[in-house]
Amino acid sequence: MQNMNDSHAPPPSQQSADATSAAGTSAAASGERKFAQIPKESVRAHAESIGISEVPDDVAAMVAEDACYRLREVMQASCQFMRHAKRKRLTAEDFNRALRWSNVEPMYGHNSPDPMVFRPTKDAELYFYEDREINLTEFAMETILPRNPGETTVKAQWLVVEGRDKGAGSSPALSEELVQYYDQVTRAILGGNEQLIKTALADLRTNSRISALLPYFVYLVGEVKSISHDLEALTRLLQTAQALIQNPHLYLGPYLKQLVASVMYCILEPLAASINPLNDHWALRDYAARLLAQICRSGCMSVEGLQKQLLLALQKVLVDPARPLCSHYGAVVGLTALGSKAVEDVLYPQLGTYWPFLQSWMEDRTISNAQAKADAHRVQGALLSAAELLLKTYQQNGSEPHAESSHESSPNQSPQQPEASEFTIGTFGQLLESGGTAGSNSGSHRRDKGPVPITQMYADLYSFFGDSLAVRVGNGAPFVPAKEEESDQDAEPIVEAGSSAFPAVERADLPPMLSFAGNGQPMDLSSVPSTSDTTHTTGRRTSKRRQSSKESPKSKRARRAPSMSDIFSLSRASQRRRDIVVNIRGGRQVGKKKTKPGALLGAELSRLCRRVPFMGKRKKVKTLPGKVLQPSMGMLI
Amino acid sequence: MDQQTLAAVLQFLKNNKLKDAEAALRREAKLPDGSGDSGGSSRVATSGEVSSVLSAYESEGDLARYCEYYSSLSSFIESSLDAHKHELGCLLYPVFIHMYLQLVYNRHEKEAQKFFNRFSVEQEDWHQEDLRTLSTVKTREQMEVNDLMDTFRSSKFVLRMSRDSYQSLRRYLKQNEHRELLSILQDHLFIDVFDGVPRNREQVQATSGAMMGEARRDANKVKVLYGLPKEPDINVPLDDDDEGGDGEDKPKKKKQKKDLLLNKNKKADPNAPPPSRIPLPELKDADKLEKVLSWKEGLKRVPLGRENLPSICFYTLANAYQNVSAVGISEDSSLLAAGFEDSNVRVWSLSPQRLRTMRGASELDQLDKEADDIVERMMDEKTAADSWLLHGHTGPVYSTSFSPDREQLLTSSEDGTVRLWSLHTYSNLVVYKGHNYPVWDVQFSPTGYYFVSAGHDRVARLWGTDQFQPIRMFVGHYSDVTCVQYHPNSNYVATGSSDRTVRLWDVLNGNCVRVMTGHKAAVHTLAWSPDGRYLASAGVDKNVLLWDIAYGRLLAEMKGHTDPVYSLCFSREGSLLASGGIDNTVKVWDVQKVFEEIAGSDDLTSLDRASLVEVGSLLLGSFPTKATPVLKLHFSHRNLLLGCGRYQHN
Repeated sequence: MQNMNDSHAPPPSQQSADATSAAGTSAAASGERKFAQIPKESVRAHAESIGISEVPDDVAAMVAEDACYRLREVMQASCQFMRHAKRKRLTAEDFNRALRWSNVEPMYGHNSPDPMVFRPTKDAELYFYEDREINLTEFAMETILPRNPGETTVKAQWLVVEGRDKGAGSSPALSEELVQYYDQVTRAILGGNEQLIKTALADLRTNSRISALLPYFVYLVGEVKSISHDLEALTRLLQTAQALIQNPHLYLGPYLKQLVASVMYCILEPLAASINPLNDHWALRDYAARLLAQICRSGCMSVEGLQKQLLLALQKVLVDPARPLCSHYGAVVGLTALGSKAVEDVLYPQLGTYWPFLQSWMEDRTISNAQAKADAHRVQGALLSAAELLLKTYQQNGSEPHAESSHESSPNQSPQQPEASEFTIGTFGQLLESGGTAGSNSGSHRRDKGPVPITQMYADLYSFFGDSLAVRVGNGAPFVPAKEEESDQDAEPIVEAGSSAFPAVERADLPPMLSFAGNGQPMDLSSVPSTSDTTHTTGRRTSKRRQSSKESPKSKRARRAPSMSDIFSLSRASQRRRDIVVNIRGGRQVGKKKTKPGALLGAELSRLCRRVPFMGKRKKVKTLPGKVLQPSMGMLI
Repeated sequence: MDQQTLAAVLQFLKNNKLKDAEAALRREAKLPDGSGDSGGSSRVATSGEVSSVLSAYESEGDLARYCEYYSSLSSFIESSLDAHKHELGCLLYPVFIHMYLQLVYNRHEKEAQKFFNRFSVEQEDWHQEDLRTLSTVKTREQMEVNDLMDTFRSSKFVLRMSRDSYQSLRRYLKQNEHRELLSILQDHLFIDVFDGVPRNREQVQATSGAMMGEARRDANKVKVLYGLPKEPDINVPLDDDDEGGDGEDKPKKKKQKKDLLLNKNKKADPNAPPPSRIPLPELKDADKLEKVLSWKEGLKRVPLGRENLPSICFYTLANAYQNVSAVGISEDSSLLAAGFEDSNVRVWSLSPQRLRTMRGASELDQLDKEADDIVERMMDEKTAADSWLLHGHTGPVYSTSFSPDREQLLTSSEDGTVRLWSLHTYSNLVVYKGHNYPVWDVQFSPTGYYFVSAGHDRVARLWGTDQFQPIRMFVGHYSDVTCVQYHPNSNYVATGSSDRTVRLWDVLNGNCVRVMTGHKAAVHTLAWSPDGRYLASAGVDKNVLLWDIAYGRLLAEMKGHTDPVYSLCFSREGSLLASGGIDNTVKVWDVQKVFEEIAGSDDLTSLDRASLVEVGSLLLGSFPTKATPVLKLHFSHRNLLLGCGRYQHN
């Protein structure tokens, strides 16, 4: 027996690699069991090496059989040591430990974590482990010291905060893959390749391992302030923000505020892009407003603080006549997006003062005011939608205005995005109910009287909007402009000149262009499309206007505004003339034909693309970047 | 003890000339005196004692026809009614094994090999590991030294079967008259017949998998006092603390708390053991204070549930040259101990309080022993460090456990010893030798003083810290005892083993009071629910199983991990279970759902047949780390989940 034990010290060791793999892989389904086999020849060779020659065949076979058995036994024991050390990889140390426990000398010199090289000799068919000699004097004399791995330390990280992934808790720094991922995704987003953008955004929405990158992406979205001239890029950044919000694995935490600030910027600020009337910054504002609604709806916002601030900010812009009309538009769509409760408590009380101010813009028929007038019509359209939302909510809930329920989507609030329209009236209702008025002074006294009955509200609103309101609310059927029937909500770019929410207003803004570009004859057609607005209610409105002129300080300040926008419109005019000339050459339908969305952005884009080398040749290398992008994402997914 | 084993033991004693022991055993077993040997032991006398027992495998039958017999049994089972098929199917594996061993024993190596190759693939997946071990046994000589072989020889494989299935088996045996088959069934199998509806495939599978079949029904009949005893009266130190410490500002608040505490105490648990059942160490003042503090901390607990998942703070061990093989966290989450494969143990402080040693003897002598803050003064501020290294073991450290008062640390190692360390001097106090083989796990009792260890020798031992010999030995597992967990009421100990069973032992008398089968591979971790009624277990088969200790039945099976699970922990109120393993993920399970389900239907009639509670998936969240295996999970008093592991860069 002792003899047998001895016999399998060195020779089986050569087989240990095979045995490892055999023990490591669970029994093959085919039932074929591969175990280490030691041939008789090995036994004989080993016997010779220790001075026993002429081992009979049957003895050699028996010894080989027994050695195999013991080897298998040792392998099983060593697997147990691996399991208890809580590892997946079997080491030479495990094997030695098993040997020691079966009273066999362990094998020395195999403990390196590096793989052993098992290679054939050049001449004979003989395999051996490469075992180079190490010159110890070199080690002793030279100053080559093994690298000190450093003190073993414990590092604490948040892996998860309240059930949300806080990022790979054990990654000490931003890893190479993450940096690469960030690089690729930002390139894709800022580049023009639709396919790439879709892929990148889809991944941002679902990837569970990018929380370490969150601050970087938030910073990227914050760049809206520096590229406000580039509508397409703005839209992309908003889409990025949306993707981040939709990602269920991300804990936005302190970054939410920054994201909201970026979104609010797009809703409210007079973007550089809006200087050019052909830029459809309106659609961008609509989109941003929808996004805002989505953020609120996602519930990741602390209800008390941030939402109140939002309402205050929107209100502040609305009551400030010095702000350009596009900002007012933003405030109105923002409020509409926040739900009927916000409209009722903030917008509705302001309407009395705001409407005359708006009228003054709409009725100024001087040429220099043409653009501002068109803008005013837009604001009016937005107000109309807000009113519609309010009335519909009333209608649905009977006279209980704020029972929680979904309402029909108003045209402003994106028929494309049904969820957005169901945005929590409830949340806001509660907020306003409990937290008192969201800053609206004029709203507070109204509240005391309890809910306004629908008839009174309708009468109130009718006094402003006239029949156009009746058209929208009257028969209960939602008024959905034909143009708005696109469906894909998040992937489709919003910047499509002409897909604005308000056909009525659109019509209104064409005539001035015509009149300007045409034969010089001032053709005022504005009254034609908006007859319902103007003719029916002239009398009442004039009285209102008189009333508003009494509130002199405000309206005087408002009067000052045109001088500023005059400068704008002048600059616009020159630019526009060129465009229109082109349009006339193009054909008869001057007014209806819009310049293509990409036409003006093209230059900007290509400039952007130059910055990002990949995307510069986006047409040619359409498939290549996609391929490049995939693996790096795969690493993280 | 069956007659054969008894005969073997007697023979062993006789051979070694231990006459007194032999006589005593004979008296105990009520056997006639040594002179008048029965026929059985005369045969023993001729051969060695081991082969005498193996001779049970001697068979004169036609061994070459074993393939035929097995096929016949297999096809009978295949063709029997669906209702009986699955219960009868359990027969195949033990019959296969014993037929193979008979072939090997009778030196039909070729036939044995053929038989094995032909039928081993038909066995269930979870048997393959044992089959691999068994397949290495190819000759009679090897049979004598193989552990698993030994187990199959000495114990009966247990099967549970409904009476209907059993009747159909008997009919088959009568018809065919396979004598060899019959003798295998009689000698090596124990068929536990119950009256009732035959079990279906899921039910059979849920409890099968253990090395020696299922648990006998009578093994789980003993009543287990799983409840928690009344909290000891700790009002006195509370008042002391009140007056001594904070002055007059807060008495009202304290009083209110005290009332709450009293209310909590008044709830007497009908399932709790009497407090004097096990002699427990007296509570010291410091312990009482500790209890009050932990209870106060518990007041700030975050309620967790399926709506409120926990926050996880992960402690990553960096720069560890050697692999970390064990991690322990103290009950109050202030200390962390890691055992390394290079036989070191390192202790870290997780709180701002740094770790100090005691002053030297001469300095201690000069201190005023009556001072209030004497403990504080005994510590040497100059020695404060973030961590301490403990040298002493000579093999990988497989487990660490802090005493409840955080003054001591226990470690177990591959070198066969358990060591007790002082956390005042950071030195080794006691070495407990007894296992003599690798000690896989060690754990302090919740009250301190007692601890339990488990190892490769298939025995779990109960010790007192001041005694160098075990107080109790828990013997019964068929293979290594891989993990132990003290019951919260200190009256029971749960063990998990690589024989794929979980057992519960009574500390009072050392009896095994529960045997629970269902794991398909070695069990490596256990966790008690805070109320002491439920036990969770997990291991190499990647499944987390939840058991009801009251009846010893399997409640739920939680699948999701992709590698062995090494850590389990219940949240402080018991509504969530967290599991972690070397697939580098922490998973959180909604066990509350199971408890709610069984609370509604505590149907005693269905308890005989272990049936899983149908609740769908319980997984609430899965949280991956980057490259750190989750070796330890621990809920703090405030329900913050702490995890720990070593970062593996490659």
